[in-house]
Formats: sequence, C-alpha cells, structure tokens
Amino acid sequence: MAFLGHYNYYIVVVLMMIGFYVVIARGNMVKKIMGLNLFQTSAFILFISAGKIMGGSTPILRDGVEVYSNPLPHVLILTAIVVGVATTAVGLALSVRINEAYGNIEDDLLSEEEPDDFALTQEPSRDDDSS
Amino acid sequence: MTLIEWMPFSVLIPLIAAPVCALLPGRVLPWTLTFVSVLASAVICALVLPMAVGEGPLSYAFGNWPPPVGIEYRVDAVNALLALLISAIATIILPWARVSVNDEVPDRQGPFYALFLLAMSGLMGITLTGDVFNVFVFLEISSLSTYALIAHGKNRAALLASFRYLIMGTLGATFYLIGVGFLYIQTGTLNMVDLAERLPALADDRAIRTAFGFIIVGMGLKLALFPLHRWLPGAYSNAPSMVTVFLAATATKVAVYVLLRLVFSVFGVEFALAMPFEEIFFTLGAVGIFFASLSAIKQTSLKRMLAYSSVSQIGYIALAISLISTAGLSAGLVHIFNHALMKGALFMCVGAIVYRIGSDRFADLGGLAKQMPLTMLAFVLAGLSMIGVPLTAGFISKWALISAAIEAGNGYAVGIVLIGSLMAVIYIWRVVEIAYLQPAPDNADMSRRREVGLSMLIPLWILIAANFYFGIDTRLTLDIATRGAEVLMGMTP
Amino acid sequence: MRNNGILRIVARFLIPLILLFALYIQFHGEYSPGGGFQAGVVFAAGWILFVLIYGLEAGLKVIPQRAMVVVMACGALLYAFIGLLGVLLGGHFLDFAPLLPSAPKGAQQAGIILVEFGVGMTVATVVMLIFTMFAGRKSQIHLIDGIPDSEPVTYPEMNQDNSANQSTDTAAETRD
Repeated sequence: MAFLGHYNYYIVVVLMMIGFYVVIARGNMVKKIMGLNLFQTSAFILFISAGKIMGGSTPILRDGVEVYSNPLPHVLILTAIVVGVATTAVGLALSVRINEAYGNIEDDLLSEEEPDDFALTQEPSRDDDSS
Repeated sequence: MTLIEWMPFSVLIPLIAAPVCALLPGRVLPWTLTFVSVLASAVICALVLPMAVGEGPLSYAFGNWPPPVGIEYRVDAVNALLALLISAIATIILPWARVSVNDEVPDRQGPFYALFLLAMSGLMGITLTGDVFNVFVFLEISSLSTYALIAHGKNRAALLASFRYLIMGTLGATFYLIGVGFLYIQTGTLNMVDLAERLPALADDRAIRTAFGFIIVGMGLKLALFPLHRWLPGAYSNAPSMVTVFLAATATKVAVYVLLRLVFSVFGVEFALAMPFEEIFFTLGAVGIFFASLSAIKQTSLKRMLAYSSVSQIGYIALAISLISTAGLSAGLVHIFNHALMKGALFMCVGAIVYRIGSDRFADLGGLAKQMPLTMLAFVLAGLSMIGVPLTAGFISKWALISAAIEAGNGYAVGIVLIGSLMAVIYIWRVVEIAYLQPAPDNADMSRRREVGLSMLIPLWILIAANFYFGIDTRLTLDIATRGAEVLMGMTP
Repeated sequence: MRNNGILRIVARFLIPLILLFALYIQFHGEYSPGGGFQAGVVFAAGWILFVLIYGLEAGLKVIPQRAMVVVMACGALLYAFIGLLGVLLGGHFLDFAPLLPSAPKGAQQAGIILVEFGVGMTVATVVMLIFTMFAGRKSQIHLIDGIPDSEPVTYPEMNQDNSANQSTDTAAETRD
C-alpha cells in the first residue's frame, strides 16, 4: 500500500486544514486560538514524524544501538512548542482584555461595534478585496 | 576580541538587557538602559558594515560549533546595511519617544521597554542569522513582543488590532515553519549556505516547490504584501506612537529581507525564474500600489493614511524585486532604506501631533501649521521625500526603480511608479492643505496647541536631514545596495 | 475542592513526587531525555496542582508573584551569563570548552547543566505566572462582565507575562 505508506503526511494535511478552517470561519476569539493551535500542531507533527526512522531507537547513546531517530526535529519542535505556548498565552490574555473592554469576544460583533474606527476603514478595504 | 567576535553582540546586548530592563522600577532607569544597549548595538553595526562590504561575508559560529552543524551568524553587505538601519532607527527613536511614552504608557515602563528591546533584538537576529530555523525563532520573538507593544495603545481598539495581528502573524510564521520543514526533510540541513549548495540538485522536486510557496505566502503575510495587508493599518494606527514609528520603519522591511535572502540566495535565481515568482510579485506589487494609495487618499486620520501609504510603498519594493535583476534588487534595497527614513520621519511628526493635541483626525488638524510650524514643516519635507521630489531620498529610490524597469524593458512598471507618485502627491497635499490653509476647528484647545520640545524636534530633524543627505550623497545607500544586490544575485550568501 | 479528603490525600502524596521527578528530569537532561523546558513545566504543574487544591493564596504564600518575576529574569540572565563566560574566557558565545580547559567533555556537561538550570527556572516561573495571572483575574471579569468600558482596564501584569514568554524563547533559540 504505497498510498498509505506516508500516512503521517495525510494526518498532517487534515489537521492543518481543520485548524486553518477554524481560524478563518469562527468568529469567537478563543475558537480562533484553538484553530491556530491545531494548525501549529500539524506543523509540529510534520517535523517530528519526518525525524522517525523505521526500526530506529530513541536517540540516546548506548551500547548495541546502531540506528536511531533523528533528534534534531525534536529540539526544533521543542522550541516551536514554546513559541506556540507563548502565542496562546498572549492571545488568551488579549481575549480576556477584549472581553473586559467590549463585553464579548465575537470578532464579527466587534467589527460592527467599532463604528468610529473600523467602519471608516472597512469601506476602502472592502474595495480592495473585491478587486 | 576582533570585530567579527563583536558582531553577534549587536543582537545579544539588547537581548540580555531585556530581562534586566523588565525588573527596573520607575521611568528613567529602563529608558537609560534601553538607550545605552541600543546605542551600543548601533555602534557595533556601524563598525561591522564597512568590513562586511569590503571583505565579504563575516561568519560567527555560536558555541564554536562549526557550521552547518552549529548556528551561524553570517553578515554580508545586505544584512549589515539592514542591521545598521534597524539599530540606528531605534537609537534615533528613543530620545524622541521618552515624552511620548510617558504620555501614552504612564505606568510600568520597565516591561514596556523590555518588550521594545526584545522586538528590536528579534529583528536584528532575523537579519544577521544564517540559519533558516533561527529566523523563525527570532521572527516569533519580535512578533510576540510586537503584539504586546501594540496592545499598550491607549485606545481599546488597540487590543483588537493586536489580536488580529496575532492571528495573521502566527499564521504567517507557521506557514514559514512548514516551508522550512519541507526544506529540512528534503535536504537534511538548516544552514542557508548549505541549503544553497544542496537545493540546485533538487530544483524539480515537488516538495521543494511546495516549500517555496509556503515560505512566500508566510513572508507575504509578515511583510503585508497587498492582499495580505489587512492587519497593518489597524496595528499601526492603534499602537503607541513610538511603536508605530519603529514598526513602520523596520518590521516589514525585515520580512522583505528574509524573502530576498531565501528566494535569491537560498533557492537561487534560476529556481525563482522557473516559478511564477516574477508575475505574482509584479501583479501584486502593481495592484497594491494602486489600491493602497487609493485607500490612503480616502482615510480621515493621519496614522491610518500613512499606514496605507506603507502598504503601497511595499508594493514598490515588490515591483522592484519582480524585475529579478541586479538593478531591480538594488532599487528594492535602496527603497527599504529610504522608506524607513521617510516613514520614520512622517510617523514621528504624527506622534508629535498626537502628543500635543491628542488626536490624529484630519478634522482636528486645521491650521496646525501656525502653532506647530517646525513639526509641520518636517511633515512637508518628509512628504516631499515620500512623493519622490529630486534632492530627497525618495527620489533616489524611485529613480533607481524606474531605471531598473527601463533596463528590464518593463514599461508598465514605469507607468505604475509615476501613477503611484501622483497619488502620493494627493494624499500628502490633503494634510498640507488642512494644516496650512484651513482655520483651526472651533472646539480646538488652543492651550495644548504649541510646538513640541527639543527632545522630539531634534531626532525628527535628524531624520529629515538624513532624507536630504541620502538624496544627494548616494555613496552609502546606492553603492552598498548595488553591492548587496550582486551578493544576492550572484553567489551563495 | 479544599474539603475533599481524597483529593487532599492524593495531592499530598503526588506533589512531592512530581516536584522530585521535575528535578530528576532537570539534572539528567544533559545525557538522557529531559532538560530545562520539560523540567520547568513539570515543576510548574506540581505547583498548579497545589493551587487547584489549596487555593491561589496558599500557592502564592509558597512563591510570591514578585519572586516569580525575579526568578524568571534571573533564569534568563543565568543562561546569558554562562554564555558570556565563554566569551570572557576567550571562546565564542555559549562555548563551554573554555570553562574547564583540562576536561572538554566535563566542560560541556557543566555548561549544559548550568544553562539548562537557567532555562528550567525561567520556564517554571513563566508557566506559574501565566497561571497566576489568568487565575487571579477571574473575579474581575465577573464584576464587569457585559459592561462595555470605554477605557481598557490596565492590568500591568499582563505585559510582564508576555515579556516572560519571550525570555523563554530567547533561551530556546540557542538550542536548535
């Protein structure tokens, strides 16, 4: 089954698209952050699964082990995970403060609620999009 | 220690100063530490620049692990110029920013300046590093601190703008990360020089082409290329003035640099020519110049107008890159440098106005030239540079762009640049008309309408002077940019 | 939860083990899976479990918020100091070989343990700070829920929280 030989990549693609869809389609900010996390996680899995070698051991130096998985993606993704945690924390903190300032965290409602600032700019930017 | 060993400290000094700064109490201490570390960074960059231009790439291996195993900082004409630009702009902004920050962020300035240091060192790190994953890490350091800085804005809309930028910025960075993942899977290396050596053999590989696409889109989000620019006006117009000046002058430019470095040095010119890179960037650049200028003309507040103008200026840079020639690239690099000077000066004027009258709406600006003559004169001069009047820096970059377009036989590009300049005349003139010719609005608080102090005027006029100096003496900008373009086009980084 | 006997007993049993396990991961990180990141998060998780059961006030009595901020910055600075020590002794940044010229392998080990200790300190306190700030704000949200406020309420801790995260990132960047 060559088609399923790289099933990890199919999982990555599916996760990535679910996450991306949630970020675009959902107005709730917390849901947007969840989508963003899913999207980032798919990229992490892409890295990690690529570092695995079939039949390879954990990358610890010891006797009798010749083939082991590539440890570099793990370290890279550790860093990326920290970045992801930081992004989530900042995003949630902003959501909390937006909730305090506006009373809700629905992006669509907030666009309407900011008539002074956003309505003015909505006009030209809509022009941009339609062109 | 030799100069090469000092080079990474232009990133490390602000980076290490940041946690110290976060702990400092009061207002004077954090500012002083920030200023000293940024100044030190600028001095190092200024010393490194001639060496990088003269002797070619300087390499510094972290932890003494030789590249491509270890992380390497690699400095040539392109990133030395950009690093000097970032640190010099930061150094000029800080004295200007002090009163403005006291006004807009009255409490807990230690963490605020710490965030600024992190943002600055992140941008410096992106510029200097020679490792594609390291670019991602520094990108996120600078982006995360930028989100927090934008959220410091006085208006509650700043929170929304910051959140929207966070979503777009993280998407962009993750796209970039996926692209890097594909590159790493196919080549097994993250070092830029190493990648450049291994990629030509894989030029027909579909994964590599996918990686190219992901990286272009990711960086396109970060640099606010035309259809991906929606986050920029909100972020620029709601952030504290100091943050706006710094971001407008540097942040998008660094993303442009990453794009240039990866497309031309790592993937290579042949690869870019084989992909529809030229057509996409030309179209998006041209449409972006036109529509962003149109949006700028429609705006009714200064910061938002200038933000859209920034989007259109990025269109010029995209147009210059799309020519894929040494002349085009050097025009793009010169415009990166010059645009930082003029947009920095323009946003400093706006910051001074906001500091005095507390608003940047056109309706509140009437007759302001009488009360703030020096600030408004600076605005007019920087505006002239924006339009591209001879003797200003803006003229040099537009001239370089037009001659590159003529050299490439691209008549459309010449026309678009001319139309864009005419539209810039319109939106700059609107402000001039309001400030010089219209009377003050009835509800204006005349007691607040007076010229700002010297601490704001001197940095502002230094930037104005630089606009004219680099409009006349092009040795630093045009020559180094041409050299940088040759480095990018010709050889490995 | 404070009065639930089972939770209290289990937590009393588990929390020391979690903290001990965190220290194990911390100090065996240089030659086996582990290191500052993982250890810091596990350590913070132990503390968060404590807070969930005994309340935030009791948790903050153990480690006051101000102390967390200081430890956070100190962790990042320890990392930077060890890195700079390599420069002062004539090597490159984060070059551990000059620390113990006679034993290059031991120098690497010592350098990594010290650097990872800084990372662990920072990560643990940052995770605790994030938790503390979100947990500490809950009551305030309920108070003004649904009432739009023209001026954003400024809670200065928020900014600190962000800067804290970046310190971890900066520590992270040298690992890849």
